[in-house]
Amino acid sequence: MSAAAEERNARAPWALTAPALMLFVGVLLIPLAMTVMLSFHDWGQYKGIEPVFILKNWREIATDPYYAEMFWRTFRVAILTTVLTAVLGAPEAYILNRMSGRWKSIFLLVILGPLLISVVARTLGWALLFGGNNGLVNKLLMSAGLIRSPIPFMFTETGMVVALAHVMMPFMVLSVWAALQRLDPQIENAALSLGAGPITIIRRIIMPQIMPGVLSGAIIVFSLSASAFATPAIIGGRRLKVAATLAYDEFLNTLNWPLGAAVATLLLVALVLIVVGSNALIERRYAEVFR
Amino acid sequence: MRRNGPLALIFHTIFVIVMVAPILVVCLVAFTPEGFLSLPTNGFSLRWFRAIANYPEFIHAFWVSLGLGALSSFVALLFAVPAALAIARYRFRGRDALAALFLSPLMIPHVVLGIAFLRFFTSAGLSGSFAALIIAHVIIVFPFALRLTLAAATGMDLSVEMAAVSLGAGGWTLFRRVTLPLILPGVISGWALAFIQSFDDLTMTVFLAAPGTETLPVRMFLYIQDNIDPLVTSVSACVIAITMTALILLDRFYGLDRVLAGKGDTGR
Repeated sequence: MSAAAEERNARAPWALTAPALMLFVGVLLIPLAMTVMLSFHDWGQYKGIEPVFILKNWREIATDPYYAEMFWRTFRVAILTTVLTAVLGAPEAYILNRMSGRWKSIFLLVILGPLLISVVARTLGWALLFGGNNGLVNKLLMSAGLIRSPIPFMFTETGMVVALAHVMMPFMVLSVWAALQRLDPQIENAALSLGAGPITIIRRIIMPQIMPGVLSGAIIVFSLSASAFATPAIIGGRRLKVAATLAYDEFLNTLNWPLGAAVATLLLVALVLIVVGSNALIERRYAEVFR
Repeated sequence: MRRNGPLALIFHTIFVIVMVAPILVVCLVAFTPEGFLSLPTNGFSLRWFRAIANYPEFIHAFWVSLGLGALSSFVALLFAVPAALAIARYRFRGRDALAALFLSPLMIPHVVLGIAFLRFFTSAGLSGSFAALIIAHVIIVFPFALRLTLAAATGMDLSVEMAAVSLGAGGWTLFRRVTLPLILPGVISGWALAFIQSFDDLTMTVFLAAPGTETLPVRMFLYIQDNIDPLVTSVSACVIAITMTALILLDRFYGLDRVLAGKGDTGR
């Protein structure tokens, strides 16, 4: 290859990615940096935003127990949602994987399809199902004899967790499904031929192999639940605030942008730390499986 | 492989019912003949679908969403296709970092993006404009457009291109006549997935939309905040129908599990 062609080859990838790179620097990195800066600005009811550097907003978040409670609620809801999706989604993915071709693809479409349906429409569905004390869910649970008195779902964390788990379920099923595709069915048969029972097979053969899938699904579900907006806003109502709905309020109702920016920055930093940290842990623990 | 036992099938049945129930109930309530929220027990009626016509806000919001989704997905592809070709074909310094940057909108919470864009466009004097919405949506749908194009470009047979080059094709002709047709299925699927993402986004758009540029999810959300009545269920039913159509087409042409699993993430 001539020197000129080689030089062209070295420049080509940069020429091709340059437009996208400029777009991302210009309208993603700069706005994000501006938001972090905004969180250090001052704000007053009458003076508006003052571009100074102070720690007022951060101090308010650190000292006012309201914010601690709100962040704790955000992460509690996200953790419960993650556990619920893992406990129900992992067995479902396993069952799905054992179905025959035709049924498998039909049910895969039914379970993954909701992922692409508007979150507002799906949450509206839950609001209708919960609807007050004589909602459909409560009627069903009571007639099945599972509960005696109606559980309040609307405007509670219980309702938030149930609706969020429904919204996030496809991510978990998908993630476990991907792990199951890498699994060699012959290992299961080998265990069977050596006299292992179904419970032993699930506990000793299947579980360890799909665990990376469950964990990476859990990371996705957790980070999306902790920053969810539509479902907590509709099911939680105006009183039960999570990080995303609080930031929305600060920006569009109270108009205290610097404080809202501080809440958003904290959410972003916390999520990045949690996601990167648990990713590193999982990769170290399951280095064998990811190879 | 062993078959599913009866217990597994019972679990599966309940699981599927719970997954479908909220979507089904919205579609059923939309057909109620009553003036309040109820399941259509005394026959079906289209009155709430006809009622949408009396709310021009919803119809306007629908057109905004449609235009925004189509346009932002197209613009995202203009940037994503060259970037995907570069990432798929060349090994260069900073390649992994670039790929990570381009996929980063998937990792950043949409509420943070909404705030960042609101701040940015307000200081740029574009707040609440359709142009601002387009730019913001280009960023959030970019990873989807990139991922599917990347998968197509990675799996492409390079010898066809070499043959074209040996016959004297080059530059633009090579791209238009050889490369683009070969990666077109990936590009079209990328556009469709990007469109759905844009069409459904609420969390980021709710920060940017102003009266006149409200998208359908934003209009629905603001409406639900005030009250829930059968009207919003009929609007939702229409949205569900549109998405389902796009979904089935996507599944036919590309395979839904492939679209969602995002194989060939960074070409590794």
